[in-house]
Amino acid sequence: MKLFRMLGRNIRDSFKSVFRNFSLSLASISCITITLIVVALSMVLSANVNNFADNVEKDLTIVVFIERGASDEIIEKLGDSIDLLNYVESKTFKDRMDITKEMIEEDRTFEMILSKYTRENTPVRDEYLIKVTDIEKIGEVADNIRKLDNVYGVEYGETIIDSLITIFDVLRKASYISVIALVLVTAFLISNTIKITIFSRKREIEIMRLVGASNLNIKIPFIFEGLFLGIIGTIIPIILTTYGYVAIYQHFNGQVFSPFLKLISPTPFVYQTSLLLLVIGMLVGMFGSYRAVKKHLKI
Amino acid sequence: MDLIRMKNVKKVYKNGVTAVYDLDLTIEKGEFVFVIGSTGCGKSTLIKMLYRAEKPTSGIINIGGIDVAKLKNRNVYKIRRKIGVVFQDFKLLERSTVYENVAFTLEVFGIPKAEIHEKVLKVLDLVGLKHKVKNYPNQLSGGEQQRVAIARAIVNGPKLLICDEPTGNLDETTSLGIMQVLEEINKLGTTIIMVTHDTDIVQRMQKRVVLLDSGRILKDYEKGTYRHEAI
Ligand SMILES: Nc1ncnc2c1ncn2[C@@H]1O[C@H](COP(=O)(O)OP(=O)(O)O)[C@@H](O)[C@H]1O
Ligand SMILES: [Mg+2]
Repeated sequence: MKLFRMLGRNIRDSFKSVFRNFSLSLASISCITITLIVVALSMVLSANVNNFADNVEKDLTIVVFIERGASDEIIEKLGDSIDLLNYVESKTFKDRMDITKEMIEEDRTFEMILSKYTRENTPVRDEYLIKVTDIEKIGEVADNIRKLDNVYGVEYGETIIDSLITIFDVLRKASYISVIALVLVTAFLISNTIKITIFSRKREIEIMRLVGASNLNIKIPFIFEGLFLGIIGTIIPIILTTYGYVAIYQHFNGQVFSPFLKLISPTPFVYQTSLLLLVIGMLVGMFGSYRAVKKHLKI
Repeated sequence: MDLIRMKNVKKVYKNGVTAVYDLDLTIEKGEFVFVIGSTGCGKSTLIKMLYRAEKPTSGIINIGGIDVAKLKNRNVYKIRRKIGVVFQDFKLLERSTVYENVAFTLEVFGIPKAEIHEKVLKVLDLVGLKHKVKNYPNQLSGGEQQRVAIARAIVNGPKLLICDEPTGNLDETTSLGIMQVLEEINKLGTTIIMVTHDTDIVQRMQKRVVLLDSGRILKDYEKGTYRHEAI
């Protein structure tokens, strides 16, 4: 009962205090707002880069060219041996005539060259398209397939893909690190801003201690205050991310330059991002206040 | 019964200044004690150690059974709740009303609203400020502000009231008014220790007087024996 009364008073008072010390609160709120906008930007960017990477990687396939003249039975056997290999997720068979058709559809000039060939004498080969479970193992899988009988050749765009994989790996790690670093910097910045604003309330803290408030008594209202500052500070970043992202998504029709680079669909992405921002704002506000007030509780 | 027992208390500040040397002092429940002496003789240091704003370098300080010298920083509030403190500069919350300033102490303890209301009005009545509950400190005279500070210090019913030059910023008539309030509080059973350099007041009140000099007790006058000329 007493605890609830004190908690109720603390929450009410810290709320009042945010407005009483409005100019100081504004400094903390602006600091939270600005840094969280940067955090939000880097979160959106890194999520999309990851999404690009995932999409591109998902589309990576090994093309297995089958020796000409291989019978259906042999082709099926080859398929079975491929299935037995490690890291093979799925395989699709493509008939040489279907491939010819696709090529012609894609580029009319192929029509002139390829239309004079029949199924029996076409230079186009039957193919297996292989997807792997682990993109980093794509080279190993290709090597193993190359060793099988009736395989004419294997292709997976070695050089490009290898470098692409490395680039994505670096990008991914860099984006995680930058988001984490940004959050830490934010926490530090905010804690210092709050520290400066609390300095002007040293007197209040001194009087609280004088009349017999325990350290916890003193900390709790300031922690709630930090919580409110954090929540208020996230309002603008959340609005900006939500509306900004939806606008960008619509402007680009959900993809950047090519269908390869698909943007993450706004729902539920913007809600998740907003929630994350809110949590970061709350934690960082509370932590900042706590750190700032702690300094004044010695003696 | 003794309320305060100080034994071999010594205070050396971090900068090497020794403010209090081997001090022994016993104060009984219900006493009114003046602490006097020239500037820098250690008066404030002495009382700061009582409400644990400073920690003695060595010695024992026992107040109502609590060993104040050994009190950990996070437990300081335990002694503060038993002691009211009043300063020369009042230390009021400027943005809170008279009522809020006094209620502050009780709210910190989580006392029910109705009880706070009753206690605050009673104590404001005692210091003669019942009609100014809604005023802010800057709307009050110095004497009135000091009365608010006194009300805040005693609203919780502390055993001990410590005053560091409470009349230092006030003119003579106002000071006498404050002394009347303190006298009344003392009559209701609260022990009072008051630091001052206003020997006129000390002479007039005829209470026990502890005279400090360079961190030592030079003389301890029993109640009614102090004469101004003595210094
Ligand atoms: N916080 C402190 N740090 C260092 N020295 C101090 C501090 N407070 C007081 N002193 C020194 O201790 C001595 C006693 O000071 P104080 O107790 O304030 O005297 P009074 O209140 O009698 O004027 C003085 O020499 C003063 O300079
Ligand atoms: Mg002094």
